Amino acid sequence: MSDITKQSLSELVKNIKNKKLSSKEVTKAFIDRSEKSKELNTYITENYSIALDSAKKFDEKPNLDLKLPGIPMAVKDLFCTKNVRTTAGSKILNNFIPTYESTVTQNIWNEGAILIGKLNCDEFAMGSSNETSFFGNVQNPIDKNLVPGGSSGGSASALAAQLTPITIGTDTGGSIRQPASFTGTVGLKPTYGSCSRYGIVAFASSLDQAGPMAQNVKDCALLQEVISSYDDKDSTSIDFKRNEYSKELTNNIKGKKIGIPKEYRVEGMPKEIEELWKKGIEYAKDCGAEIIDISLPHTSYALPTYYIVAPAEASSNLARYDGVKYGFRAKGENLIDMYEKTRSEGFGNEVQRRIMIGTYVLSSGYYDAYYLKAQKVRKLIKNDFDEVYKKIDAILTPSTPSSAFKIGEKKDDPVSMYLNDIFTVPVNLAGLPGISIPAGHDSKGYPLGLQIIGKAFDEQNILNIAYAIEQKINFKNKITDWWIK
Amino acid sequence: MSKNNSEYLISRNNKQYEVVIGLEVHAQVLSESKLFSTSATKFGAEPNTQVSLVDAAFPGMLPVINEFCIKQAIKTGIGLNAKINKRSIFDRKNYFYADLPQGYQISQFKDPIVGEGKVVLDMPNGQKEIGIERLHLEQDAGKSIHDLDPKNTFVDLNRSGVALMEIVSKPDLRSPDEVNAYIKKLRSIMRYLGTCDGNMQEGSLRADVNVSVRKKGSKDFGTRCEIKNVNSIKFMQMAIEYEANRQVDLIEDGQVIDQETRLFDTKKNETRSMRSKEDAHDYRYFPDPDLLPLEVSDDFIENLKSEIPELPDEKKKRFIEKFKLSPYEANILVSDIETSNYFENVIKKSDVKLATNWIIGELFAALNEKNLEITESPISAGNLSKLINLIKDGTISGKIAKTVFEQMMEGDKDPQKIVEEKGLKQESDPKALEALIDKVIDDNRDKATEYKSGKLKLFGFFVGQVMKVSGGKANPQLVNEILKKKL
Repeated sequence: MSDITKQSLSELVKNIKNKKLSSKEVTKAFIDRSEKSKELNTYITENYSIALDSAKKFDEKPNLDLKLPGIPMAVKDLFCTKNVRTTAGSKILNNFIPTYESTVTQNIWNEGAILIGKLNCDEFAMGSSNETSFFGNVQNPIDKNLVPGGSSGGSASALAAQLTPITIGTDTGGSIRQPASFTGTVGLKPTYGSCSRYGIVAFASSLDQAGPMAQNVKDCALLQEVISSYDDKDSTSIDFKRNEYSKELTNNIKGKKIGIPKEYRVEGMPKEIEELWKKGIEYAKDCGAEIIDISLPHTSYALPTYYIVAPAEASSNLARYDGVKYGFRAKGENLIDMYEKTRSEGFGNEVQRRIMIGTYVLSSGYYDAYYLKAQKVRKLIKNDFDEVYKKIDAILTPSTPSSAFKIGEKKDDPVSMYLNDIFTVPVNLAGLPGISIPAGHDSKGYPLGLQIIGKAFDEQNILNIAYAIEQKINFKNKITDWWIK
Repeated sequence: MSKNNSEYLISRNNKQYEVVIGLEVHAQVLSESKLFSTSATKFGAEPNTQVSLVDAAFPGMLPVINEFCIKQAIKTGIGLNAKINKRSIFDRKNYFYADLPQGYQISQFKDPIVGEGKVVLDMPNGQKEIGIERLHLEQDAGKSIHDLDPKNTFVDLNRSGVALMEIVSKPDLRSPDEVNAYIKKLRSIMRYLGTCDGNMQEGSLRADVNVSVRKKGSKDFGTRCEIKNVNSIKFMQMAIEYEANRQVDLIEDGQVIDQETRLFDTKKNETRSMRSKEDAHDYRYFPDPDLLPLEVSDDFIENLKSEIPELPDEKKKRFIEKFKLSPYEANILVSDIETSNYFENVIKKSDVKLATNWIIGELFAALNEKNLEITESPISAGNLSKLINLIKDGTISGKIAKTVFEQMMEGDKDPQKIVEEKGLKQESDPKALEALIDKVIDDNRDKATEYKSGKLKLFGFFVGQVMKVSGGKANPQLVNEILKKKL
């Protein structure tokens, strides 16, 4: 079969279960295409030969009861993978090989999937365009020199370019949903506490959440079902009843109440996004959903709140990268000198900027005015959602205020870069699930996404709504394989 | 310096200064595993053999609260008569150091697990209450070893993540003696509870000492200095004495005291400045987002209360009331849980008064000489109790008992057997004693005549002779009676 890499996860699983395809054929097909796609710079570390061995072993004794039988898969390089280098996109972890496996990736391997490589991302997941990676920019397969979004830029690009049938990312302020939107793919940020953070390089502990990325909603649901688990190694993991999301997936959303928040109509939002949103509302109505205008009054404070809370936690989380125990170490005259040189040379500009912001907002004399205030506002933002969820089941918004931009376009303007997360950040602050699905194209032919935000632990509901709208939209990604010579 | 019975004061130029002391005691929680990981906590293990990925702060590693350590802290709080906070928060205290792998210490800042409490000290001039400000849980750091290599520092992370209780007193202490009594009392309470072994040599108990001075009678506190990490009571006392005098000298010299952190140099017996207030770290405390607020229920606390054993204060009261011990005797016997257990085992089957005297007297002296703890005593409580019964029922005299005791110290032998084997049984047969006495009088005719002519002091001589001839076994009371008749 020549078009193996064009198949969705569900098709691949079916073909492997029916013995129409072997794991080795599938694995080789994705590796071959990955080999031809080096220009996209999606991989930081390739695991091809081990993956092929694993595929061969799987075929010798295939366990076809598994959910991801012999399915090859590349993952964001923020997940620690046993014996496979894990860099978090940073020079400071350039040589770091974990002796342990993250819970989320372990859950994936337990269901039969095979690791083919580690995918590029913004350094420590800090960025919205994958331009902060120590390992260089990632190309969006949609167009040359277009950013794939970030921080899970490598994941989104590899998925859209069909170098991996599914993937996982992490989302602290939009890092799954924004790149999914920029690449015409589906990305889910689960409820905080749904997926274990154990073994994921931490950015901002109270916001970080791993999630699935896929070609379509059904695949996304299946992967969410695999990665979500209660884990006693993560004290913030929550023990709630997890659905078999893919099995319980339905496009019947009749009578569901979907809220449209007026505060998301931001000034200067491109007409195309406005149009897309309207289209999404129409589709939801067509599916039998009830549309309700709502207000989330504290929305405008979400971005500043996020850019206090996240850097504060990051400044502390990244203190462990000091050159003492593992990772990069610069030579120094003494301990302090070693620290300064290691961290100056080991961290890139954006990471340093956020460490400085975070250190500042936690400093004595500023703590109350910034960090404490931000925590209070965060509570208000959460209350906004709690209030509207008394009357509605989900919220529909655009995923991003614009389509993908050119590499370098916003690099020197951090604030304009931060504005990219304006629709996604409130969801992280409130700990809610949110999914981005591709919903159309702008005039340049770049994909645009719609976001559906759910109640906590109600992934099934937003997956169902996404599934219903997906069928109405019938989105096709326009990918020309321009990078393959 | 003047020390009258009750007050510790420093005199200079006809002025008297009072010393105000507050302690931050760091007590290692008695627990087999660390506060947020499952690594072992044994003392003296090979460097870096008790270190998990969490303790070494590997990427993506997360802390998980050890419930046992929480219980230990709450029990200690109960033992300190303190308020248990049903909701407490773990914060990050951020600073860089090579033996602090995370780059922050997980501690409790605004919302500690235990609030205000008190302990009562027995001082020579009466009881004194010392307020407890709070008790919070925190992780220990690793250890930097600077003297193994001329250029490099080595780091041992075995201690990294070990649970500590920081017990902060109110500034209620007024002398080195009170500090001594306070530390011993804390140690005693925690050993009763089994929450800290109190072993200062192994660093299980150490303290930061806050010292200030003020003119006697003044109500305002002076500027304090904090002496960091002092690990023996003796050093605490020496440091306080030095520091208080230094501060008084400064004041008398018209200078001001800088609020600063100092260290105590045990070799030179002086405190030295480590860093001033201006150089103090900004620890950027904030709630650890990896850990949810810790919430404990009333039931959880009540269950722990039911596990609390009788503590030294109650035990002392019981010993005085039930056994009629003097407060002095009771204090000694309850100061250590092992001693009080030993005592109670001995008196199960023997006389309380004799047991008290033998334990506080002979046994303590003998153990002291051999440098042994009561738990290492060669004489078991059971055998000591037998010995006491042999004295009580007149089988042996108190003097012979000392000989038997000495032999028992050589190995836990049954005193009954020693008495039988060595023929040490007391001679109480009047006929046998009469014969013995007749012989002694006969051998000392001249002395007997002198006695009869009024030299009554010689009575003692005859008693001694009879005892000597009997090999110490003669019943002294009977000897007295018979001698009086015969002479």
